Amino acid sequence: MIVAKRKPFEEIKNLLKDYKKVLNVGCGTCVAVCLVGGEKEVDVLNAELDMARKLEDNPIELGACTVERQCDREYLAELDDKVKDYDAVLSMACGVGVQFLAERFPDIPVFPAVDTSGLAVNQAVGWYEERCRSCSSCVLGLTGGICPVTMCAKGLYNGPCGGTNNGSCEVDIDQPCAWYMIYERLQRQGRLDVIKQLHQAVEWQNQVPRTLIQPGYKKPEE
Amino acid sequence: MRLQYPVNVKIILVPCSGKVDVLHLLRAIQKGADGVYVVGCLEGTCHYNEGNFRARERVEYVKTLLEEIGLESDRVRMYNLASGEGPTFAAYANEMTDLIRSLGPNPLRNKAENS
Repeated sequence: MIVAKRKPFEEIKNLLKDYKKVLNVGCGTCVAVCLVGGEKEVDVLNAELDMARKLEDNPIELGACTVERQCDREYLAELDDKVKDYDAVLSMACGVGVQFLAERFPDIPVFPAVDTSGLAVNQAVGWYEERCRSCSSCVLGLTGGICPVTMCAKGLYNGPCGGTNNGSCEVDIDQPCAWYMIYERLQRQGRLDVIKQLHQAVEWQNQVPRTLIQPGYKKPEE
Repeated sequence: MRLQYPVNVKIILVPCSGKVDVLHLLRAIQKGADGVYVVGCLEGTCHYNEGNFRARERVEYVKTLLEEIGLESDRVRMYNLASGEGPTFAAYANEMTDLIRSLGPNPLRNKAENS
């Protein structure tokens, strides 16, 4: 899932310093699961903002609303009637949700309340580890299910590099060498020959916004 | 055991200190309480194994939030005692009350009264 962490409170407060009536919109999917932008976190942030602004003798009126997903148009529709009553909108969704919200309500400022960190697995409650950089050319089938783009400090498609250090990465002794892990995994599966296949350098398609249309969902051209 | 403790302490019962949420503590301060403290079981004796540890984590988190807001972090505290320790409960109530008296009233309450 997409994981994020909350922006420093001071930064959020500064973003809203000129606004008196703000709607805080949570997102009920990824950021709610990773405990940063769901209904509860909206209430906590609103309580903080309310108290901080009162202490500054500059009270703020805050609304709270958490939609199922901010990256789906159908769920944003429920905000249409609410947003017009506010000077600004604060979004606790990932960067995708913030942008989709800003696109839907272009007349009022939409501010982010979280920093999107990446795509991660849930190791324990509140503990997330990145596993995917959405590079658009997945090689997991050839790397024993270990992503070299994410797990290798250099993002090498053909490794390991000379810095591999008895299973650790040269940048940090606590960081396992991705290609060492890949070697061990493939060896365990009896597929070591796969490691000899050379991969082309990453096509950094993520330099431009990508559009994805699943097969069978393309609309006929008008 | 007719123990005396300050009358300003209002007790809210919860099934386990692990039930106490960040929002409960924040709301208390937001609504004008001068301080709020959680009294949980002794560490290592939680019936649910980690309820009091979770409570402590949340209290520590709320402390950081209060600092960010501009309030004294000591307005929120965590204490631990066993169910038979009535005198300790009263002692903690006295300690917390003295601490809060030294900090003074919650400035948010004055703001609410003035507005």
